[in-house]
Amino acid sequence: MSEHAAVAGAKPHVAHEAHHEELGFWRKYVFSVDHKVIGIQYAVTGLLFLFFGFSLMMLMRWQLAYPGAALPLVGRILGESRMPGGTMLPEFYNELGAMHGTIMVFLGVVPLAVGGFGNFVLPLQIGAPDMAFPRLNMLSYWSFFLGGVTMLASFFVPGGAAQSGWTSYTPLSVYASSGQTWWLIGMVFLITSSLLGAVNFITTTIQLRAKGLTFMRFPFFVWAQFVTAFLLLLAFPPLEAAAVLQLMDRVAGTSFFLPTGLVVSGQALTNAGGGNTLLWQHLFWFLAHPEVYVLILPAMGIVAEIVANNTRKPLWGYRSMVYSLVFLGFMSFIVWAHHMFMTGMGTAMAAFFQTTTMIISIPSVVILTALIISLWGGSIRFNTPMLFALGFLPMFGIGGLTGLPLGLNVADIPLHDTYYVIGHFHYVVAPGTIFALFAGVYFWFPKATGRRMNETLGVIHFIGSFICMNVIFMPMFFLGMAGVSRRLYDGGAAYDFAQPVLHLNVISSWGAWMLALFQLPFIFNFFWSIWKGARTEENPWQATTLEWAAPSPPPHGNFVQVPQAYRGPYEYSVPGAAKDFVPQYEA
Amino acid sequence: MTSDHAAAASDHAADIDKHVRIYITVFVALMVLTIITVLIARVHLPIPIAISVAMLVAIIKGSLVACYFMHLISEKKLIYAVLALTLAFFVVLLALPALTHADGYWIH
Amino acid sequence: MDIPYTVELRRDTGLNNGKIGIWLFLASEVMLFGALFATYILLRTGAQTWPRGDTILNVPLATFNTIVLISSSVTMVMAWASLMRGRFGTFRMYMGATVLLGGVFLVVKYFEYSHKFHDGLFPSTNNFLAIYFTLTGLHMLHVMGGMAVNAYFWGPGAKLWKTDPAWFTNRVENSGLFWHFVDLVWIFLFPTLYLL
Repeated sequence: MSEHAAVAGAKPHVAHEAHHEELGFWRKYVFSVDHKVIGIQYAVTGLLFLFFGFSLMMLMRWQLAYPGAALPLVGRILGESRMPGGTMLPEFYNELGAMHGTIMVFLGVVPLAVGGFGNFVLPLQIGAPDMAFPRLNMLSYWSFFLGGVTMLASFFVPGGAAQSGWTSYTPLSVYASSGQTWWLIGMVFLITSSLLGAVNFITTTIQLRAKGLTFMRFPFFVWAQFVTAFLLLLAFPPLEAAAVLQLMDRVAGTSFFLPTGLVVSGQALTNAGGGNTLLWQHLFWFLAHPEVYVLILPAMGIVAEIVANNTRKPLWGYRSMVYSLVFLGFMSFIVWAHHMFMTGMGTAMAAFFQTTTMIISIPSVVILTALIISLWGGSIRFNTPMLFALGFLPMFGIGGLTGLPLGLNVADIPLHDTYYVIGHFHYVVAPGTIFALFAGVYFWFPKATGRRMNETLGVIHFIGSFICMNVIFMPMFFLGMAGVSRRLYDGGAAYDFAQPVLHLNVISSWGAWMLALFQLPFIFNFFWSIWKGARTEENPWQATTLEWAAPSPPPHGNFVQVPQAYRGPYEYSVPGAAKDFVPQYEA
Repeated sequence: MTSDHAAAASDHAADIDKHVRIYITVFVALMVLTIITVLIARVHLPIPIAISVAMLVAIIKGSLVACYFMHLISEKKLIYAVLALTLAFFVVLLALPALTHADGYWIH
Repeated sequence: MDIPYTVELRRDTGLNNGKIGIWLFLASEVMLFGALFATYILLRTGAQTWPRGDTILNVPLATFNTIVLISSSVTMVMAWASLMRGRFGTFRMYMGATVLLGGVFLVVKYFEYSHKFHDGLFPSTNNFLAIYFTLTGLHMLHVMGGMAVNAYFWGPGAKLWKTDPAWFTNRVENSGLFWHFVDLVWIFLFPTLYLL
């Protein structure tokens, strides 16, 4: 049934792209407006940045484990200005630190989770032929690409890349070398990309869903991407404004963030002064807190799909999960100053932000608990996607629980800016989100390529990664509780109180280098399977959601016949049914 | 255009005439309010009152533009929902940073 | 392959894609300018002294500009109304007027800025000027963007009227929504910066 018949007698709308002739190489693979191509572009670019950002950290981990020691081979390649005689300069350490964070968050995880999975899976899962605005989608990818190029190029400017933390706190960042300006410009490109993407995702989800697909029949993944898009849409613009203000301070001599009486390197400022350095922190964290939910929500969405599919049971508490998700999204906008407890705010505001932060932990717990309860009584299939999804659950649990003391004003005092914080957020993002993203790759690879990835290599990837992630990040809680600050280029070696815990740095570093080794099976598996993987049919996982109705890989326009949704998304093990699953799209 | 479309269009035309009259009225109102706000500013009221009055006039003018030029007065629920959400966060953004560091601890 | 609801309205939402898209984008713009207004509030409440707008800025010129921008909003909505009535020629006239008035706004801003620079008043001079130049500068960029889109629909984009008048009308309406938003921002900028 044609969806153009909504207005009687209306002329079918003529699209602008020429779909009837074969497109040339550039229009088909590079400047494509097809959401699947764009999704793969985002995913591959995101994965490359993820590994690059990880490599920066592996360099840092040498300095942290063996402060002041010369790094064999690699040290010499990086040159005298950064690693004289193979030993890392503190300035270079700061560059690596700031760019590791920036790249992982903005160039790695979000592009993969939202740009990659969101773009590829969302239209298929709602039964749509593409996104609502295909050309805008292409523009979003290339804006992201430009942002990435800008960030990478910043390594090569005099003074190197940004080195004031991924948080770019003022006034330090205002006086940093030119790499910081490149960082700000890169952020403008990345923010633009996300804003345009968010407009697309929201419009598509509301308008292009198939007949019969009501909001409460959405797969949880769709809900997760939908809420995430709102976070991106409304939280990113203040950071864009802040970036403009910092650019003005750096380039036009303004004093938005420069207080009167500031002295830099022994010299009093000649600027007008009167600025407010906390203004930067407010505008930055107004985005950056919702941003961490941007990092986790798509991951929860992916895990939900894979858990339901591999327990052969409906998700437990779907409705509660959806309400929690929406509530979480809303709350994420009013907790941000828990990153700023040490900035001298009064007790009233501290109490406010502490309260909202405690409240926001509730929906997270509801979602995690529902996912865990969903396992009970299931016929669990332990394939690679499910292993990573199962691994996600306790890891996210640890990450979430360790966040609680940080969210309480007083408990935060000894923990703020220590390694405890690094341990907390890495548990959520690394064996949390990134595991979910790996799960998603293994899960949707057959849909995208028509082939399956190798299971044995997948299991090795999982077991190795799971162990190494814990080896890296668990010691950090103890390092932090002993009082070791973050962003110290010697890992605390200069401090007496840190001596008893310094060996933990060595453990974390070896964990990181081992983790890198265990990614090799994955990288090999990914590329090898594209050409040599076992061929698969439309629905190799016997799943219920709409994307499995499309051919593998789906053609331009996605579906041979426009699908319709006849039931909820997780009709597994329905009593009396012929198979142990009844797809959403089967009449 | 099909005949259905043409019929719809002529209904539209009568509708549009009514709208055009509204646009002109709103235009005049906006001009008047602009003059008013400039004249009031010349009086140099105490700052809090001056701010309140100026913002009140701005809100009225803005509402006229939004409701009639942007047709918000007859928009769909979905658009209202998006804007309500935005308004809530807009208020948070304007108020909370100022409240959190109202005592100017870090300034000067 | 056609994307559904590009022109036709979806029954349960009563909207087409473009209308939702533009309002979502405007929501993000509210947050963008909101952050700058928050900046203004924080800087001003923290300042020991803050100049009254009319002591530094040119109020008559800005009042004129306010009238220009509001007028351009009227011509913009009249341009769309003309398309709804099927009058392409009238559309051309009103859209042209909108672009022209936008140009007038920019010219006045050029004179305003160059006068300030001539008097040695720069963004770096003090925070009042810093936020003034930043807010009005960003607003100005939005005026330019809106003008570019409007000029496109006045000029080369107008041939869509012949092949798909409904789609063209919608696109002009959406462009109009952006333009009205730009006017809306100025309605708040003007008193905040110039009169208080």
